[in-house]
Amino acid sequence: MSEVELGLAIIATINAAIRFSVPITLGALSGLLSERSGIVNIGIEGMLLMSAFTGFMANVFLSRPDVPDALQAGPVRLTLALVVALITGGLMSLLHGVLSIQYKVDQIISGTVLNILAVGLTGYFYQREAPTLGKLPNMISNPFTIADSWELKLADNFKFYLPYDIGRILFDKDVITYLSLILVVVVGWALYRTTWGLRTRSLGENPRAADTLGINVYRMQYTNLFLGGMLAGLGGAFLTLAAVGLFEQGMTTGRGFIALAVMIFGNWRPSGALKGALLFGFALALQNQLQLFGINFPHQLVGMLPYILTIVVLAGFVGRVQPPAAAGKAYEHE
Amino acid sequence: MATTARSQPTPALSPRSSSGFSRVLTALQGLLIPALSVFTAILMGSILILLNGRDPITAFEGLFEGALLEPRGLLATFRNMTPLILSGLSVAFAFKSGLFNIGAQGQLIVGSVVAAWVGFAVDGLPPILHITLAMVAACLAGALWGAIPGALKAYADAHEVITTIMLNYVAMQLAGWLISTGSADGTIKAGPLSNPASTDAIARTPPILESARLPSIYTIPPGFQLHIGIFIAIIAAILIWFLLYRTTTGFQLRMVGLSASAARYSGVNVKRMTILTMAIAGLLAGMAGGIQTLGVNYGYEGNQSLALGFDGITVAFLAGNNPLAVNFSAFLFGAMDAGTTRMARTADVAPELIQVIQAMILTFVAADQIIRRLYRVRAVGGPQVRISNRSEGEL
Repeated sequence: MSEVELGLAIIATINAAIRFSVPITLGALSGLLSERSGIVNIGIEGMLLMSAFTGFMANVFLSRPDVPDALQAGPVRLTLALVVALITGGLMSLLHGVLSIQYKVDQIISGTVLNILAVGLTGYFYQREAPTLGKLPNMISNPFTIADSWELKLADNFKFYLPYDIGRILFDKDVITYLSLILVVVVGWALYRTTWGLRTRSLGENPRAADTLGINVYRMQYTNLFLGGMLAGLGGAFLTLAAVGLFEQGMTTGRGFIALAVMIFGNWRPSGALKGALLFGFALALQNQLQLFGINFPHQLVGMLPYILTIVVLAGFVGRVQPPAAAGKAYEHE
Repeated sequence: MATTARSQPTPALSPRSSSGFSRVLTALQGLLIPALSVFTAILMGSILILLNGRDPITAFEGLFEGALLEPRGLLATFRNMTPLILSGLSVAFAFKSGLFNIGAQGQLIVGSVVAAWVGFAVDGLPPILHITLAMVAACLAGALWGAIPGALKAYADAHEVITTIMLNYVAMQLAGWLISTGSADGTIKAGPLSNPASTDAIARTPPILESARLPSIYTIPPGFQLHIGIFIAIIAAILIWFLLYRTTTGFQLRMVGLSASAARYSGVNVKRMTILTMAIAGLLAGMAGGIQTLGVNYGYEGNQSLALGFDGITVAFLAGNNPLAVNFSAFLFGAMDAGTTRMARTADVAPELIQVIQAMILTFVAADQIIRRLYRVRAVGGPQVRISNRSEGEL
């Protein structure tokens, strides 16, 4: 395989890894907000699937010919669809909250409910090949790809294409991809540098103490669940409004569970979640791209690795992760 | 069902302590919540059908006829409920010991693949031996796959919910590789259990030999048959009930479920119990997989039993994690699945409606307070579905 081919294969793999990692990052952030607040969330998969579906259906609905042009214009239509997906994620998460906080349903079961419900509802209302007017456009185009740009001329001149290659990784991504990176920073900052963050973490470690200090535990848990749900909603929206532009039944194919793994792998920290998501995204991408590198190895065996790695990390064989102490236990206000 | 009243000091551990009459009464009251849950879920399903502009009465008539009145439908109901009994048992059994087995799916896949392997690779055995060998292999494979999260929980404090979810995916990928067809040009070798005679690109194992097929009890020509698996499943349910409520081991398992620390102080080896529980849970799910391979699919094909393991969770909870009641909730779910085709045909309702109804059943059974408030039912016994506070008491 030539050098050019290898370069192209590497870039394709990295871009695929980024594409895979966006919903996983957002899902992991969602789970992190919830678990840091003391609510275990294995329903990320359902939240991703449901919001991917509603975001898509909102796009389909607004694309119908009888909808006024003002609403159909790209930015308006897609923003509305995005909002629908965000709210869906938030509401799904609130359902988890109502079940597990109000009705004291075991948090694992409540999460399972979300997952099963999402598969059923999206399957029931699914419409085959519903048309839309298009998905989110890419932003910040790579200067090197513009034919007469001076950057390209410079690169041609020196036969030095590394900036061009890096540009293909950094640029031409949709808004959610960039937003997910910003959100990792924002959530990380908020969690460790603000009063809200301190209170949130205290809920996950010792809600009784937080309650004693006058924090309204339930209200805070609901708020954080809603915020976390919106993050998962954004991840779902990425699937149908940015990455693929179409909805398929069961299209999340376990990404929500990978997000859960990534959250654990990243030790319940946003920066760790990003690292984990990139690593898992890379493993997923490699699974699809092995042949590009001329490696004849069954992709399923590569696909197994992230899951095994998560078990290894969780079992403390390599490094040690520390879950929030109070996550999983329903808090009883006295 | 949680059949005991809150006033009793040691609820689930003393099933024989109350008088016969009050036991019947509490058992009936225990049925109330699941029945109302199913009823409410069907009601909400009807609303969904109305929203789509279809007729719910026609739909549920179709479901009922398709599942119970047509001979083929009835056979399908029994056939569907067989793996559901076993995966439901798997979840319920682990639950009794305070463990949540979300890994029934993976254990089922492993059992399925191993049964297929023994089914096509071992030649020259009489059917009774061949079937027994394949079933035992499937059970052992499932038990091993279940024992892994058990051991990880016991010795590395890794939460079984996460490890079983992860092992589901490992099992899927592993099975996918074992049966993979390889690349067309032969640069990637086909998986060790793939079918070399396959002419299409669908990954599957070779068909199992005639001698490994579960015998049929009743056949509707052409070739639509009910295999003996249903009896195996029901017997397994009775054995599990016996193990849980009539043996010392079962007593210890339930004690661990109620309070791990109390069990430890009374001399129970909690670590060993954890591994044993998960191994038996895995065995049951592996058995479900084996039966599907030997009785229905006659081989293993990727994704053939996509949701059986997960459905086991709902089946178990609807039964209040009672091993005998699992038979009935599996029957209900098997019937729902069997009737969907007819429902879809006569009332033009998407078959996925059943999944929505099943999710709602799980919701209502788990959040029984909603049902109690809705129908003004007073509480008998504690909340029905609760994972024990085992995570608090370290092992």
